[in-house]
Amino acid sequence: METINILNQGIDLLLASSLLCLAWLTLKADESETELHHLTYIKLYRAIILFISFGFLMSLVWIRLDAPDIAMAEAAIGAGLTGALLLSALSRLRFLSRRISRTENNNESAS
Amino acid sequence: MNQHLNNYSTFKKKNKFPGAVRILLLVLLTLFFSSLVLVVYSMSLPTRGLSLLVTSKLDLSGVTNPVTAVLINFRGYDTLLEMAVLLLALVGILSFNSDLEHHRVLPLSVLDIFTRLLVPILILISGYLLWTGSYSPGGAFQAGAVLGAAGVLLLLSNWKVEQYVNRFFWKLALVSGLACFILTGLAQMVWSRYFLEYVSVHAGEIILLIESMATISIGFILTSLFLTGVFSVSK
Repeated sequence: METINILNQGIDLLLASSLLCLAWLTLKADESETELHHLTYIKLYRAIILFISFGFLMSLVWIRLDAPDIAMAEAAIGAGLTGALLLSALSRLRFLSRRISRTENNNESAS
Repeated sequence: MNQHLNNYSTFKKKNKFPGAVRILLLVLLTLFFSSLVLVVYSMSLPTRGLSLLVTSKLDLSGVTNPVTAVLINFRGYDTLLEMAVLLLALVGILSFNSDLEHHRVLPLSVLDIFTRLLVPILILISGYLLWTGSYSPGGAFQAGAVLGAAGVLLLLSNWKVEQYVNRFFWKLALVSGLACFILTGLAQMVWSRYFLEYVSVHAGEIILLIESMATISIGFILTSLFLTGVFSVSK
């Protein structure tokens, strides 16, 4: 009984600390230096993926807090749908940014 | 190519707080966080809150899952307003009617086949979650989210919505949850009860009706978040 208690508390501690770590990583993701550091797109993409994993970990935390309803809603909406929405926004942003730079290039060559 | 995206990161680098402000912020945040921890630890023993009241009145609510009872029956007003907020948010998003056409990409075969497999299963799971919500965890929001995920998968795999779904029926499905909620609430007033006060004999059926309409509506609303440019106003 005692070992199970200690195990439970260990899991809780692990979940809480990794949640905080993931939140920090998500916020810091667009300042990280990678080999592709000139591409903001890659950094934002990484931030979104980290955000999705944050959502799934959050739903695990809700299960540990005995709230299965909120855990289901968090996994479906917080991680799944919001993540997909952010990804589609990012692809749209890149599409727009390409189009703007293309028209700018055209204007420069015209003048 | 990605110059405009990169402008954002140079903007962020230029607009950093100076060192003193950052240290001040750190100290303030640490103070705030430690006082929060202190407050949590100095709280008295876990209180029961309103859960005893809910359990004692559970027989009147028409369902046996306390969460559903609170959401649809005891605090129905909150859920009604939540549905309204969701609908308003969608209206706000759709008003950003960008001139970007919905550029279609042919899905790879993995996505295509998996969507064909998954969508019927997701619809089945959604119905199960809706039904099971009356006596165990589940309910309209979870079922609606699963339905919305199925819709997003369909949209991602290049399903041509406008060919299969009439615009009018789409809009009807969007508002059906909220409309059904308000109408059943108002119908109670005909028999001289309060708004959203259900008679406990029929409460189970009323809750099932509201939840099923809300599930359909939430599923359609969540799918519509991805829809910009398909049902655009200009067309």
